[in-house]
Amino acid sequence: MSYIKAEDVSRQFTRADGSVFQALDHVDLEVKQGEFICLLGPSGCGKSTLLNILAGFESASAGKVTIAGQAVTKPSPRYVTIFQNYGLLPWRTVLKNVELGLEEQPIPAAAREKTARHYLEVVGLQDFADSHPAELSGGMQQRVAIARALAVDPEIIFMDEPFAALDALTRMKLQDEVSAICREQKKTIIFVTHDIDEAVVLADRVVVMTPNPGHIKTILPVDLHGQRDRTSPDFWDIRERIFECFALKPEDKTEYYI
Amino acid sequence: MQKVKYIGGALVILLAAWQAASRLGGWNEALFPSPWSTLRGLGELLASGVLAADISASLGRFALGYISAVLLAMGLGLVLGWYRNIWNYLNPIAQVLRPVSPVAWLPFIVLFFGIGEMPALVIIFIAAFFPVLLATVAAVQGMDPVYLKVARNFGIGQPRILGKIVFPAVFPRIATGLHLALGTAWVFLVAGEMAGAQSGLGFLIIDARNNLRADWLMAAIITIGVLGLALDGIVSYLEGQIYRRWGIRRN
Repeated sequence: MSYIKAEDVSRQFTRADGSVFQALDHVDLEVKQGEFICLLGPSGCGKSTLLNILAGFESASAGKVTIAGQAVTKPSPRYVTIFQNYGLLPWRTVLKNVELGLEEQPIPAAAREKTARHYLEVVGLQDFADSHPAELSGGMQQRVAIARALAVDPEIIFMDEPFAALDALTRMKLQDEVSAICREQKKTIIFVTHDIDEAVVLADRVVVMTPNPGHIKTILPVDLHGQRDRTSPDFWDIRERIFECFALKPEDKTEYYI
Repeated sequence: MQKVKYIGGALVILLAAWQAASRLGGWNEALFPSPWSTLRGLGELLASGVLAADISASLGRFALGYISAVLLAMGLGLVLGWYRNIWNYLNPIAQVLRPVSPVAWLPFIVLFFGIGEMPALVIIFIAAFFPVLLATVAAVQGMDPVYLKVARNFGIGQPRILGKIVFPAVFPRIATGLHLALGTAWVFLVAGEMAGAQSGLGFLIIDARNNLRADWLMAAIITIGVLGLALDGIVSYLEGQIYRRWGIRRN
């Protein structure tokens, strides 16, 4: 039983000069509840467009998207998106940022704060509740965004290249943390990235996408037997297979920088 | 420390040039005062309480005109920046009115509001209104779309989104407009108070001129300059605090 279902989804953009750009071309995707899916591909492959359509920020030009049987028409707190540039509100403290989504729900202020503090603890930032985002490092800011997303107890978390702006070591650390937190909290995750290693570390299934026009080339299950070790032979095996997916495209001479 | 040196140096240069001009120019002391007689005139104005009364009249008027302009311009700018379609029609009007010096409106202002207290208020209002309005509209239109996405995601709808997300998100950019408007409005304070006000620093200047008290005139000019600088300093400080809180580095 698929939980998120994209059927024959296409999306065109009209450029300023009137020409039409095919961002997504007949994409089908089914995701089960609790799955961790990575949309992987170079820029222009439509992975962010697909994410925006699934999250309800954009509508498809053709095709249908449903979550739990219901058509997606607009964003909802049940599906929270985490952005590359964090999307924190700089005028609010860390605690107040985490409370943001809860303020829209009929929850008393005390309970709201308690929930927010709990999720700050989950991401290890309980000591920074009263700081402002500008005082934190990029990795810490993204942790706040994760806490803010978790606080409204969403069913799905969409992540749009959330670690792209972080340095390599911080990124790896956050990958491990996100992987652990999301599996523990039993969330369904759709994670957009252009980083092959990141996709292999995180995903249950890697959706490999290619551009011109953007479509899904293949979907690879990642079976690492619960061992997400970046140096294991299994890891390298899957990594190799993804490399092949991108390299074996004789009909397309586009260069990729991945 | 460096700053003190520069300010001290500037003072010395100014006083020397002024003293030399008044000594070598050979003008009547009643037409162009020396630094010393200006200082004496300032002392007189202070001792009689005239200066304090005029300063408080001016500051009161300025605060009323400036704050009402800022509140209205920010509120309007927020809404007009948000509803781009309306702004597209109003923008040409604003662009035509903006470069007109507020003083040019004076005859009409007097016609509408009469002589006395109002012209000064209205002129300060006009001087502050347009910079703040345009800064607010530009700030709203140039806002980082991620804030809107976050708001939509968490179900923060209109009109609450304007107060809760949009206004604080764009406030640092508005603050630049507020700063600019403060300087402009202060410049026009004097012009405004020349249209029949019976108190204030602009009135003091007219009064000094009519009484051939060049020393008072000069004292009033210095007071206006120093007060303007002080207001600017306060706003700069507040702006710096805002930028720091929002995590924006000043260049």
